[in-house]
Amino acid sequence: MNYHWNWGVFFQETPEGGTFYWEILLSGLGWTLAVSVVAWLIAMIAGSIVGTLRTTQNPWLTAFGHCWVELFRNIPLLVQMFLWYFVIPEFVPPLKRWMVSTEPVYAQFISAVLCLGLFTSARIAEQVRAGIQSLPRGQRLASMALGLTPVQTYRHVLLPEAFRIIIPPLTSETMNLIKNSSIALTIGLAELTFRARELGEYTFSFFEAFTAATLVYIIISMSANRVMAVVERRVAVPGLITAGGK
Amino acid sequence: MDFDVAIITGALPYLWKGFLYTVELTAVSAAGGLFFGTLLALARLSSLKPLQTVAAAYVNLMRSIPLVLVIFWFFFLVPLILQSVTGAERPPQVGAERTAIITFILFEAAYFCEIMRAGIQSIPRGQVWSAYALGLNYNQTMRLVILPQAFRNMIPVLLTQIIILFQDTSLVYVISATDFVGAAAKVAQRDSKLVEMYLFVAVVYFVLCYSLSFAVKHLQRKIAVIR
Repeated sequence: MNYHWNWGVFFQETPEGGTFYWEILLSGLGWTLAVSVVAWLIAMIAGSIVGTLRTTQNPWLTAFGHCWVELFRNIPLLVQMFLWYFVIPEFVPPLKRWMVSTEPVYAQFISAVLCLGLFTSARIAEQVRAGIQSLPRGQRLASMALGLTPVQTYRHVLLPEAFRIIIPPLTSETMNLIKNSSIALTIGLAELTFRARELGEYTFSFFEAFTAATLVYIIISMSANRVMAVVERRVAVPGLITAGGK
Repeated sequence: MDFDVAIITGALPYLWKGFLYTVELTAVSAAGGLFFGTLLALARLSSLKPLQTVAAAYVNLMRSIPLVLVIFWFFFLVPLILQSVTGAERPPQVGAERTAIITFILFEAAYFCEIMRAGIQSIPRGQVWSAYALGLNYNQTMRLVILPQAFRNMIPVLLTQIIILFQDTSLVYVISATDFVGAAAKVAQRDSKLVEMYLFVAVVYFVLCYSLSFAVKHLQRKIAVIR
């Protein structure tokens, strides 16, 4: 193939001067991580609440949980991103005023974080629900027999067990979240993929830029995998097959 | 604020064209991805070590980078590859729409591979042994005994993946292909009617994906009863 590789491009200065291209990529990585971390927190909190609600005996709460999950799961993430950035502010005048007056990057960050956080919360809710429902019925009944209230049953018995069981699917949802954060580039947030494309457009070294971004994503997902594997081993529920037959 | 319905009805023919491309892209990528995904799954389960390693590396690579980045990779890579294959003087103009089809086939192959691998691994070993005992060779065993059962077991998962694919094809927006979202975005920006267009797109996707996933759930229950 006739392509002239130029790996020195990362150490060239940008047209504005003063910064090098590798620093541009690094700042992109910073935004990717920032969006991912905040969205992950939102997703875990909202997802745990909604997933738990879906397993309660109250029909209104389960219906609410059902609507939540179906709403966020059946609209493409890209379209949800547009809704959060372009559409919802039109219906909330104070938000709109703030978005116009502030630096664009803050408006993009908030939209991206809400969008990814709630989108992922629906998927985490499904995992939490599956985790709770996979527990033997006796767990709930035994807690009730011990006189625990429903809230105490969830707090001390069901949720601690369910979370330990669902760590593997939560790991893959976390990786999906990090990968999905690249969709924030469609509303102009300068995260890693955005910066890689920008670097390509400025220097015509597209493949060097994409290779660098690809390697960074691989490193992120491999390290997330390692961390979660350690956590999984530490908290494995004794007696289950996943605990390694000990 | 006022909601301008006329802008949607006026743009319907254009949106329909975009929608047809979305459906075409989904169908072709699903078929192609399933074909190559099955081959990849067979490679990952083969007894040849190098074949296993290469297939596993490909699948893991595709699954660890964002789809948007993969779309960008292929957008710039496909013309160069075609140029070196055909020996043309300059990279041929492929166009975003056709590049997207190639991208999605190769990307989805990695995901379908993992589904098919799980499907094949769910078949009891005795099936393979009986097939060999009947004198079938590897090809016949896979084609006539293992794969049909694996497909049937995995139908609900495969269909769910296709619904996800249907949603993911909207990402061709990043290379300015005119799919359903792309068409809506172009109208939205031309007439500055972002609220109307994006809400309309969201509702259409929601209704379609919700009904499809409902149908898949129904089918799953039906299949579960038979077995």
